[in-house]
Amino acid sequence: MKRRIPLLITFFVGILVILSEFIPHKPFGLLTSGLEDWFMIIAGFAIILGNLNLLKMNAIKIKHKQENWQYYVVAVSSFAIMILAGFLWGTKDQAGLLGQGEAVATFIGSKPFDWLFNNAYEHLAATMFSILAFFIASAAYRSFVGRSPESYLLLIAAILVMLGNTGFGSIFSHISAFIMKYPNTGGQRAIIICAGLGVIGSSLRIITGIERSYLGGE
Amino acid sequence: MAGFMTVFGIWLGFFLTMAIYSFLYKDNPFYKVAEQIFIGLSAGYWFVYTIYNILIPNLFNKLAEAPSKHYLLIIPGILGLLMLTQLTPKSAWLSRYPISLMIGTTAGIGMVRYLSSDVIKQATATMINPFVAGDFWSTIGNLMLVTGTLTGIVYFFFSKKHEGVFGGVAKTGVYFLMISFGAAFGYTAMARISLLIGRVMFLKDIWFVNLTELIAKLFT
Repeated sequence: MKRRIPLLITFFVGILVILSEFIPHKPFGLLTSGLEDWFMIIAGFAIILGNLNLLKMNAIKIKHKQENWQYYVVAVSSFAIMILAGFLWGTKDQAGLLGQGEAVATFIGSKPFDWLFNNAYEHLAATMFSILAFFIASAAYRSFVGRSPESYLLLIAAILVMLGNTGFGSIFSHISAFIMKYPNTGGQRAIIICAGLGVIGSSLRIITGIERSYLGGE
Repeated sequence: MAGFMTVFGIWLGFFLTMAIYSFLYKDNPFYKVAEQIFIGLSAGYWFVYTIYNILIPNLFNKLAEAPSKHYLLIIPGILGLLMLTQLTPKSAWLSRYPISLMIGTTAGIGMVRYLSSDVIKQATATMINPFVAGDFWSTIGNLMLVTGTLTGIVYFFFSKKHEGVFGGVAKTGVYFLMISFGAAFGYTAMARISLLIGRVMFLKDIWFVNLTELIAKLFT
């Protein structure tokens, strides 16, 4: 019951989706589009599960006063503020529980959810990703030390592509474009084809029930 | 008030930006606070986004407007709720039902569509005549493309030991893969640097201008 029914669901659904690709007649096409809609709804709940799990883990850390627990209070508060702002006054395109939130939008310039997104979230996201530029530079310094022909190739290709994206002259942009169009595409294509074959093999193993690690233990 | 909130927003952005960059010196409380604010706001944003843009239009609205037409949507609704049983260890096994449906759908779609888009179409695109009349560099490039694809695939074939001629071909594949990884690295590094430039532009064109305006107001 706990394992057999999920395995049967996987098998049945997987076969149905595959069959529908080869039988373009009713009810197969409708069934697949219906399944894709179901998938989206369940995935939506999965996102909510992830958020609630984050809240739960933070609440446990705060409750047991684990090391640096004060910072987790900040995370939970930010989460609560964003949710309250979103649900009470809505977002740019959506009305909230208190309506369109025109009064508060006039007061602060935009809806609270959008204000938080534009003035806090966007800055944090851009800065968090931009800080990686420094770490990439230090990682490059360590990993780009030419030890073998392979590492020299990696080093040269990376430098040429980087120079091609700067204003160092059109010669570098031509070389960069050539690298991206030909040898890079060749390597990427090999990866894509082999990864595609890997996905097909894994999918077959999942549908036939050979691979069942997604069911977890027990 | 809207004007005050605009200025406050600029200063909030400034403090959060500097708090994150303070990590370049060393881990500190300002960075930790900014990091946790980022986590909380991200989770909150996706929570609200999911409810408004996925669940309300695709599930709740349809069930509320025409329940007799969309009654089957009760099934993914229930399966979605079963997904939430993961939060309690005793009932977590119930989440296997929605997970199995998602895995089955993904596996079925993956098998057929990856075969079409990632295997057949990519292989077809490689089957070209590499020789372009009057264009030396395109010919060289096409030869590199075909050689890189074929030798790369040979490298990923692990059922035969990489030695002799086969090993040499696989080694050539590694060279092309290295060029590919180097190009990808270069592109990623440039993308991060462009984000960094964006942050510097914010500090220079928005925050610093605001600061000078405030100072000018104070002294006039």
